[in-house]
Amino acid sequence: MAKYLLLKHYRGAPAPVNNVPMDRWTPDEVEAHVRFMHDFAARLESSGEFVDAQALSPDGVWVRSDGEGRPPVTDGPFAETKDLIAGWMVVDVDSYERAVELAGELSAAPGAGGEPIHEWLEVRPFLSAPPTVTQ
Amino acid sequence: MTVDAVELRTLVPRVLSVLVGRGADFATAEDAVQEALIRALTAWETELPADPTGWLVTVAWRVFLDMARSDAARRAREARVDGEVPAGTVPSADDTLHLYFLCAHPDLTPSSAVALTLRAVGGLTTRQIAQAYLVPEATMAQRISRAKRTVAQAGLHRPGDVRTVMRVLYLVFNEGYSGDVDLAAEAIRLTRQLTSLVDDPEVDGLLALMLLHHARRASRTRPDGSIVPLAEQDRSQWDTTLVAEGVDILQAALARGQLGEYQAQAAIAALHADAMRVEETDWVQIVEWYDELLRFADTPIVRLNRAVAVGEADGPLAGLAALAGVDEHVPRYEAVAAYLHEKNGDLELAARLYADAARNAPSLAERDHQTRQAARLNQQLQHGDRS
Repeated sequence: MAKYLLLKHYRGAPAPVNNVPMDRWTPDEVEAHVRFMHDFAARLESSGEFVDAQALSPDGVWVRSDGEGRPPVTDGPFAETKDLIAGWMVVDVDSYERAVELAGELSAAPGAGGEPIHEWLEVRPFLSAPPTVTQ
Repeated sequence: MTVDAVELRTLVPRVLSVLVGRGADFATAEDAVQEALIRALTAWETELPADPTGWLVTVAWRVFLDMARSDAARRAREARVDGEVPAGTVPSADDTLHLYFLCAHPDLTPSSAVALTLRAVGGLTTRQIAQAYLVPEATMAQRISRAKRTVAQAGLHRPGDVRTVMRVLYLVFNEGYSGDVDLAAEAIRLTRQLTSLVDDPEVDGLLALMLLHHARRASRTRPDGSIVPLAEQDRSQWDTTLVAEGVDILQAALARGQLGEYQAQAAIAALHADAMRVEETDWVQIVEWYDELLRFADTPIVRLNRAVAVGEADGPLAGLAALAGVDEHVPRYEAVAAYLHEKNGDLELAARLYADAARNAPSLAERDHQTRQAARLNQQLQHGDRS
């Protein structure tokens, strides 16, 4: 088993095929999308592949140390930040192929007109613990 | 037979008080009581003891002695306790109250006070508390043991007071429900217990507030977790028994003429509960109660909610005027602004504000809800253009 991060971006991913902002969908389309996301997570739970799902607020700041005894420096948020993470799902699956398959299904969540969004999701393997058998 | 775990947990504060009253240190005694609870769950399956509290005290005390001895042995130190059971095993209500104060000690951070209260007063296990707050069990265990150390260092002589206890219970109630523990129900149970220990109309007000909100729980969300706003809730689903109890408690508290923040909040909840249909809501009186509430808690959140009430009582323009004085960084500001602008007929602005509200929503359920609101208005506007 290996863990993969399925990463969704507010900004920074290539444009989806069905590119209409959510508040321009009909209420029924919003409903269908929310239900799809809900069902998708439930299905992964029942297949024993679900680990975690979280959504992030688009607001954030950059922080760095300003040296000992001084408060950290904060900067931003930057409206022009190119890459902005919206949320993720972590799955624990048997193969890279399975992770890609699941990301594909998630990307086909229904959007405007009830059509799949075909949005781009990023699939990233977790670095795992070193194996017991090394030779 | 099966042991009622909630029933069992009601005995926890008394048992812990007895141990502490006998001179046991708080941290070890608390661990010993937890261990006794676990043993009771098994032992009582076959036979329920005639005196459950006495049984728990006896077992917890033995566990405590074992823990204290092994601790003492490990540190090669003389055990301070011997096997004799000291006299004085009946704790007074004051001892239990003292326990509440201790767990809400002002030196504790809110999250620590919440965790310690749920364990030492509520009798929940660390695992249950961890699940309820969605953190790893090891993290919660550390939080609780650090909290115990803080309380031990701060000394038992200057514990918190009933205000800090009420804040902690209010926090627990607001967390709602996740995992296998119903935190709202647990907060109600502990607050109810608190009302039997102190004579304070504000504590009664807090209990009334919780009961009145809890009564609406079934109608607040759909099965899929999505939010149903107050105006659209199916009021036939409201729990009339809880409402009646909340109203009775509140009226008795108000009659004593010592108004406070929790009674004022409960009064607002009672006025909502009193309306069988949303149109029957007495918004004028609700605004008056918000004005009372402002005297005790002048916060942007109260002012924001007051603006909604003013909008209902005196029309959207009055509501928007009330909103003008509210800090716009307060959570849900855009949602309220959107609602008032929609009522005022400015659908385009309202749709934009709903979209902003969705972007800044503090929870996923609220984001989905505000997105739906924006979608609804945008659809309406589109149809308007076509006609």
